[in-house]
Amino acid sequence: MAARTLVIDPVTRIEGHLRIQADTVANGDGSVTISRASSSSTMVRGIEIIMKGRDPREAWAFAQRICGVCTVVHGVTSVRAVEDAFGIVVPQNAEMIRNLMIGSQYLHDHVMHFYLLHALDWVDVVAALSADPAKTSALQKSISSTANNSAAYFASVKTRLSDFVASGQLGIFAKGYWGHPAYELSPEQNLLMMAHYFECLAWARGIVKLHTIFGGKDPHPNVVVGGMPCAISSQGGGTGHIETGTAVNGTSLAAVGKLIDEMRRFVDEVYLPDMILLAQVYTAAGKAGRTDWSKIGEGVGNYLCYGEFPATAIRDPSSYLIPRGVVLGRDLSKVHPIDVSAPGEFQEFVAHAWYDYKTATKTTGLHPWSGETSLNYTGPAPGYTVLPDHAESYSWIKSPRWKGKAMEVGPLAHVVVMYASGHAATRTLVQQAFAAIGWPLDAGLTRIHSTLGRNLARAIESKVIGDAMVGWYQRLLANIAKGDVSVFNGAKWDPATWPAHAKGFGFTEAPRGALGHWIVVDAKKITNYQCVVASQWNAGPRDTAGVEGPYEAGLRGHRVAKFDQPIEVLRTIHSFDPCIGCAVHLTDPDGEASVVVEMAQL
Amino acid sequence: MTLSPTIDRAAIAPTGFDAEPGSVGERLAGLGVSRRGFLRFCTTLASSLALEAGMGPQLAHALTTARPSIVYMSFQECTGCLESLVNSYGVTIETLILQAFSIDYLETLQAAAGARAEAAREAAMAANAGKYVLVVDGSIPKNANSGFFVSAGESAVERLKHAADRAAFVVAVGTCAAYGGLAHARPNPTGAVAVSDILPNKTVINVPGCPPIAEVVTGVLAYWLAKKTLPALDSLKRPTLYYGHTVHSECYREETFEDGPRTKSFGDARARAGHCLFDLGCKGPVTHNACSTLRWNQGTSFPIQSGHGCIGCAEPDFWDMGGLYARLPPGSFDD
Repeated sequence: MAARTLVIDPVTRIEGHLRIQADTVANGDGSVTISRASSSSTMVRGIEIIMKGRDPREAWAFAQRICGVCTVVHGVTSVRAVEDAFGIVVPQNAEMIRNLMIGSQYLHDHVMHFYLLHALDWVDVVAALSADPAKTSALQKSISSTANNSAAYFASVKTRLSDFVASGQLGIFAKGYWGHPAYELSPEQNLLMMAHYFECLAWARGIVKLHTIFGGKDPHPNVVVGGMPCAISSQGGGTGHIETGTAVNGTSLAAVGKLIDEMRRFVDEVYLPDMILLAQVYTAAGKAGRTDWSKIGEGVGNYLCYGEFPATAIRDPSSYLIPRGVVLGRDLSKVHPIDVSAPGEFQEFVAHAWYDYKTATKTTGLHPWSGETSLNYTGPAPGYTVLPDHAESYSWIKSPRWKGKAMEVGPLAHVVVMYASGHAATRTLVQQAFAAIGWPLDAGLTRIHSTLGRNLARAIESKVIGDAMVGWYQRLLANIAKGDVSVFNGAKWDPATWPAHAKGFGFTEAPRGALGHWIVVDAKKITNYQCVVASQWNAGPRDTAGVEGPYEAGLRGHRVAKFDQPIEVLRTIHSFDPCIGCAVHLTDPDGEASVVVEMAQL
Repeated sequence: MTLSPTIDRAAIAPTGFDAEPGSVGERLAGLGVSRRGFLRFCTTLASSLALEAGMGPQLAHALTTARPSIVYMSFQECTGCLESLVNSYGVTIETLILQAFSIDYLETLQAAAGARAEAAREAAMAANAGKYVLVVDGSIPKNANSGFFVSAGESAVERLKHAADRAAFVVAVGTCAAYGGLAHARPNPTGAVAVSDILPNKTVINVPGCPPIAEVVTGVLAYWLAKKTLPALDSLKRPTLYYGHTVHSECYREETFEDGPRTKSFGDARARAGHCLFDLGCKGPVTHNACSTLRWNQGTSFPIQSGHGCIGCAEPDFWDMGGLYARLPPGSFDD
């Protein structure tokens, strides 16, 4: 059988606009194996260009709109870049409030990613309709102490699902892959997961209020260069309709504590137990001769973290919860140091991206401080089915490299680097999870470098970070109790205090991974602003040397059982939690007509 | 996420009522919800969306008929508008959006991908021709051949025109869709324009904000559902119901704008006492939105309450208003 090109465009259940196109080889049994995949972002806004010439103090608001899902992290990254450029030290209360806002972003995004964006790759909604609620209740009680565990509860969820299907208006569940042989969960396991799909919606609406209290709204809460704008009320104040004061007072701070408890409850009682159950089932499938999802989908095996969550100050990397550093080639015995200012370490390539460099050739890598954003679309006119992706450019995402190497960023990188650095809580959780799933605990954590491992890492770090939030919260309260209500350092607010030329690096270790903004300021205005965002590392196209990014590498070798239902591809792509507004579409190579993803009728 | 709200069944007499097959009303009736309980539910719904109380029975009627189709399409956007909408507060609002409508295309949440997703959209548009609501977020690169937005191999212009062709009307959600927004900011590298610029002959209702308040989006849809007509719009195609006042005119800090002292620095004693942020660049006086009345995330707070001036995010070209922290010049607003 001839090679066929598999195309998924648009990839759904992600943030942004992503196209995946893959060359496949027929296996003779109706299945195909991916021999080469390309990841393309097909939308661009030119935000880095728009930021040039503006006041660096307002850069955060522009940068924040790169992504409404990662909402707080681009804002914080930007103000940190300006603070780095001008040497501004923010009060510790502001550091703790930023930690809490970034931490709650992690828990919100990871839970929402798993249930809303990823679960339907593993959970068959239709199969849940034949579940026995009593058996589902017993299953729930065996894995967690969550309160919603009765047979009556699961019967009500089943009724809701049945009624919905009976209405004939299937909305977002229409044309899913229901009944595909790759689904492995029992009816009761499916029903349990779907119950949590709906539970997480109400949970998410509640916990975002932490952002609203400190940032005034969510998404896109406010931050400020020099700290936080959320003055701590001196009179009255609080949430809701107030007459005096500010949102942050004793009552709302007590509410923040309850929000943190609620975030952690869901992670501990629902998300983490569900992830371990999922990993058990989809690993066991391998023993029965089907795909073991802990053995595929690795990516590139190199991991990068800028680090995050200072216990003291962002200027002290030794105080970070997630350490700064690199792990190469799955070798967890060594964490390599990084230098974000070194032109030879961090470079962006545009060899296969729709950009040109005016100060360098298209094959050159540029450090972000001397980077360029020069749009040059050379792809086909719209109306295409196959996007030329060999010698050509095929994405609006640049290809970032560390010392020339493609790096994976995100939860898997976080857990690998934390584990390799000896973080006790992370090591214990990884060991417990591996034991529960039945993965061998070798020195290189072989099974974690996989589609399932990436998901498990996301759940594990949610617990680590949720638990750490309690400490940051208590630090904030202790400072306030001592009379320290400072949240803002205005010493360098006035542009007259700025040097004629400055450059800075701002970062967050975002839920989706290493996020960096490099800023150059001349005569009080931004002269260059380059964002190298997490999904760019993961979703970027090949570089000058032809080296694939992690999505592309992760898909190579995937067996797709039904060509028109490439659920296997969605599993691995979604395991990275694509966020393409931050950084980018799957397709079918030469020869036959492009095939679009077909999903079985619900 | 299209399933039922949590119903407090114990609080409602189990007598049931009549409703069309497949409607929310039928499912609620099937759950033992009484006619009276259902009406109370609808009145609360109207209230939470800042709609007139009399709209409850009209909503109740709408919820006992088959769900209208929504096609939700995204262009040059950041998903913040949808993120806001998903966090719309209260089971009643979730019910409205997820139960009152059939959301037949929504890339961010739908199970199907690629061609199958596109086929679902085409099927919904054909089956509901002239009746479906097209909701759009994100700006549109005006040059269709620019390559600045392509999805399923099609340009933004082509996708938008095709989807709008048979829609009852179009809701441009967020400042990018309403006015061009961030991508349209100087120097507008991708030639981004508003949805209404591409659809000059179509009924477009703008729901600006970066992002818009969730309950404002759901409120506009609820209004149409109940009244079968759109709410009154101003010259910028915004519903006056939510955009008739400035953030400043309803702001609890307005007194210190008049009488002072105003806040001079984010950290100062006046900031802590909740004094006016005008001198720190607040754009409340020129920004039409419901932030200071409805507030955000179940009425928890809004930007000024949490200490930062309004950045003007619901106004056209707010990115180029002279600077986030620049004081509005005298005479630039009515007070």
